Amino acid sequence: MTAHLKQNKLDKRNVLDGMQQGIIGKPISRSEGLLKVTGKATYAAEYHLENCLEGVIVTAPFAKGRVTVIDESSVMEMPGVITVISDERMIARAAQGTAGAAPLQKACDVDYWGQPIALVVAESFEEARNAAKHLHIEFEVEDAIFDASEVEVEPQDGATQQGDLAQAMAEAEHSVDISYTTEGHASAAMEPHAAIADWDGETLTVRASLQMLNYNIGELADSMDLDESKVRLISRYVGGGFGSKLGISQEVVAASIAAMQLGRPVRVVMSRQQVFQTIMRRSETTQRLRLAADANGRLTGFGHEALVSNLPGEGFAEPVTQSSEFLYAGENRLLKIDIARIHRMTAGSVRAPGEAVGMPALEAALDELAEKAGIDPVELRLRNIPEEHPATGTPFSSHKLAECLQQGAKAFGWDSGPRKPRNRREGEWWIGTGVASAARVHIVSQARARVTLQADGTALVETDMTDIGTGTYTILGQIAGEMLGLAQEQVKVELGDTRHPRGSGSGGSWGAASVGSAVFVACEAIRAKIASQLGISADMELTLKDSTVSWDEGKKSLSDIIDGKDIAREGHYEPGDITEDYAASGYGAFFVEVAVNRWTGETRMRRMTGAFGFGRVLNEKTARSQCLGGMVWCIGSALTESLLFDPRDGHLVNCDLAEYHVPVNRDIPDLDVIMVEERDPAASPIQAKGIGELGMCGGAGAIANAIYNACGARMHDFPMTPDRVLAAMPDE
Amino acid sequence: MKPFHYQRADRLEHVAQLISASGAMAIAGGTNLIDLMKLQVETPDTIIDVNRLPLDQIAEEGDGLRIGALATNTATAGHGKVRSDYPILAKAILAGATQQLRNKATTAGNLCQRTRCYYFTNIDQPCNKRDPGSGCGAITGIARLHAILGTSDQCIATYPGDMAVAMAALDAKVEIKDRAGNTRSIAVRDFHRLPNDAPEKDNILEPGDIITGVILPAPVPGKQLYRKVRERSSYAFALCSVAAIIDMDEGKITRADLAFGGIAHKPWFDARLGELLVGETPSLSLFDKAADLLLEDAHGFGENDFKIPLTRRALAATLCEATGVDA
Ligand SMILES: Cc1cc2nc3c(=O)[nH]c(=O)nc-3n(C[C@H](O)[C@H](O)[C@H](O)COP(=O)(O)OP(=O)(O)OC[C@H]3O[C@@H](n4cnc5c(N)ncnc54)[C@H](O)[C@@H]3O)c2cc1C
Ligand code: SF4
Repeated sequence: MTAHLKQNKLDKRNVLDGMQQGIIGKPISRSEGLLKVTGKATYAAEYHLENCLEGVIVTAPFAKGRVTVIDESSVMEMPGVITVISDERMIARAAQGTAGAAPLQKACDVDYWGQPIALVVAESFEEARNAAKHLHIEFEVEDAIFDASEVEVEPQDGATQQGDLAQAMAEAEHSVDISYTTEGHASAAMEPHAAIADWDGETLTVRASLQMLNYNIGELADSMDLDESKVRLISRYVGGGFGSKLGISQEVVAASIAAMQLGRPVRVVMSRQQVFQTIMRRSETTQRLRLAADANGRLTGFGHEALVSNLPGEGFAEPVTQSSEFLYAGENRLLKIDIARIHRMTAGSVRAPGEAVGMPALEAALDELAEKAGIDPVELRLRNIPEEHPATGTPFSSHKLAECLQQGAKAFGWDSGPRKPRNRREGEWWIGTGVASAARVHIVSQARARVTLQADGTALVETDMTDIGTGTYTILGQIAGEMLGLAQEQVKVELGDTRHPRGSGSGGSWGAASVGSAVFVACEAIRAKIASQLGISADMELTLKDSTVSWDEGKKSLSDIIDGKDIAREGHYEPGDITEDYAASGYGAFFVEVAVNRWTGETRMRRMTGAFGFGRVLNEKTARSQCLGGMVWCIGSALTESLLFDPRDGHLVNCDLAEYHVPVNRDIPDLDVIMVEERDPAASPIQAKGIGELGMCGGAGAIANAIYNACGARMHDFPMTPDRVLAAMPDE
Repeated sequence: MKPFHYQRADRLEHVAQLISASGAMAIAGGTNLIDLMKLQVETPDTIIDVNRLPLDQIAEEGDGLRIGALATNTATAGHGKVRSDYPILAKAILAGATQQLRNKATTAGNLCQRTRCYYFTNIDQPCNKRDPGSGCGAITGIARLHAILGTSDQCIATYPGDMAVAMAALDAKVEIKDRAGNTRSIAVRDFHRLPNDAPEKDNILEPGDIITGVILPAPVPGKQLYRKVRERSSYAFALCSVAAIIDMDEGKITRADLAFGGIAHKPWFDARLGELLVGETPSLSLFDKAADLLLEDAHGFGENDFKIPLTRRALAATLCEATGVDA
């Protein structure tokens, strides 16, 4: 039986707060944590299937053109080699998030350096890899452009133009007009992309590392020209995705073709270099920020224009201005995104697409405006929080930006006195502080989950939702336990299998609120069933706690009520009109202190405080971890992360973790997270909003502002590496 | 990875013979060699495991200290005598790689580690060092990590390591056993080569040569500093580094042994700097003159132009720290 809820209205009941079990929100450790740290959680490539063959992907050593010959005979005599696959169904690019259908196929038409073109299958991995290096291919190379500044750009739909920004700039008391650049980023998840495909003549089962099985099943079925009912995907544990596993990637289809052709299971694991070179990048950006303000610092004009890039034919454009649409006031507005078609690998979602790069630029520009206007940067932000969506007039749902700025400032010890760069030096280090706001739009998607109250008095939650390391297993258990009066250990959660009801997938920070709501809806239906079984009216208060049901007139153990028969309900949650009627977003504020070396321009973080409001906190520990992870990403994108492309052939040169520099332990100072509690009735029936990405939306701007405050270098180009800081640092 | 044979050398006398075979390479910690084999950059037919050889000792020898070829970086950096008498070496080693890597990395392997040039490690790109005559991908490509001194039109790669930079400042000697069993030694300062027209040769080792140890000279007085400039604070190679042993007497510099990393195909040692600095009263303008001399012939390749001013500043910072000049 399916219980369905389409949310058209605010849900102010705060049902979860009325429950008695007392586990919701608690800092419960991840239920699968022990399995992971003891090596017992099986990741995609780790299944042992009998007779399994190994496939290694061969990639194109050129950026644009056509593969004319793949000479299988060049490797067929090599030890262990079984076959070479270069099938028309092989996908040329990874699918974008939520595609649900096959991405571009026909891999022999090459559009970027490193595009997979063939799969060599052998008995052992070593044999396959060696043969892959020796496969003889011939190709015709065409000219291609790799730099967004060299092509004609296409404007994206959905630009905002309101009033007259140019005039507002001309009449402004204070204004800034600044260009920023950000470099490409990689998701750099720890687990590489991997798949084991197995065909039993009926069903294609693929164990893979994926974020959104509910869409991935359609992508794979369509690529293979199979009915969805003949495809099963399993992704029980995923070693990080950060957007790179939203859609299926090349190894999934290649392994599937090989397994079906050979009648044996085939494993394909991408090398670290292949993951970097072929999957997805965050586009580099060029941004122009124009801010016009009156004498009091109130914004009268707001311009945010961006140039991003992608391959021809891709629908995705880094949504740089996403939160700029509503974060600050300003009646004259211009927000737009242009896209340049170039031949670097596919650009797609990397954690916090849009805000991750748009917010730092905006927040850095705001700092320059604050300086010009002589207003404390925290105060300037407070003065510019709009009453309603500044372009559409839509009311906001819960909105905690002001509280985050205030509470963060207090915890950090923000000095709101006059700010002058080079005010503080310790030895050879200049010390400075900076602030930035955080915002990340809240998105929910439809989701299904089945909850079964089992005869033995425990509960089972099933959905094809994935847990990409964020704590989904744990929070779904908490929601069900809270609703059904069970301890955390009495709820078993099974995820990552398309045999289960379709969840929402993990991406866009929407997983917890979406699939959590589906579990909630199923549990409400189970509670109603219990009430009817007890013969009491549905609106009578029912208390479920510690496996006991009590109501006005009585008390009964759950197992007595169940009486040997499972109660199973599928919850189907769908966002309705509410998403149109309210503008929902997570908000926050970052405060940072940095040290900049006066000789070398090296920047080291000293401390960082993040205050965030994102609706109900479902689990204090996992939520905090998400915030911490986001803040670490802020530091990486601020100081080191940058994809470097060869200007001549467009290949990605820094394609491993030694040369693509994510932060290491020593780069991360004490991080302080403040969670500003709230209930957002528009966000979801569990009043929760997304948190997976909010923590990295703007923090790099706070670091830029702190670098300026420390040493006087105004940074307009991210990442702010020592060479760039030195170039911008005024002489002492 | 190309299939290969594995042989273990149990006795020093056998190594020369094993290693002389064509296509044979020594493997110590494997932290560099195995990575490069996986990328098919190194394709030995046979790897000769030298780890069982009795070459892991660190012991006093004469007035100095002998560090065995197989002493791990961790053991060397933690050795009491190294810490007390050659702190520059401990500092340089600890500034490199990570604890896990240093636990495996050996003295000889570290000296012989290959460049981190992006084109060298990508077999689909031209590289004269990997594939002589194929061209240099870096010169007109992404040369952020590359050299500013001693480059040739064939190759602009750097020697990326830290340990050897400190050893160059200390004027340590590398001890080598050749295939005939004869032992010779050569200054660390002369061990690595400039690329010239044979960039495939990183150092002066000949086929069949095996490094047996490094000899540090008698300890010298003075401050010993190692400054490594990098964008992230650990687990990154130097954008540039400065190793300095500076001694002073009555306000004048009496010793200035300087070596530089990350800017050339070898740890860069320029005897003229010591000559310029010794006998002088330290000052910013003196340090500037030293930088002028050091960087006289420096030139960048676009991406790495920044290394010229960065090296100048890193040198000044190090000398200020060593001499107490308040800038
Ligand atoms: C991600 C990463 C980061 C790193 N960062 C740094 C850093 O910041 N600074 C730094 O200095 N280093 C760094 N390293 C390099 C590291 O120090 C070297 O990999 C290590 O020192 C090599 O030692 P090994 O014993 O493992 O050598 P191996 O990999 O075993 O061998 C390397 C080479 O030395 C040869 N060789 C070994 N022993 C002998 C011998 N006795 N005689 C002759 N030849 C021999 C081998 O044939 C091979 O060519 C880093 C490495 C990695 C992977
Ligand atoms: S700089 Fe040297 S190592 Fe790098 S590509 Fe050129 S020749 Fe090869």
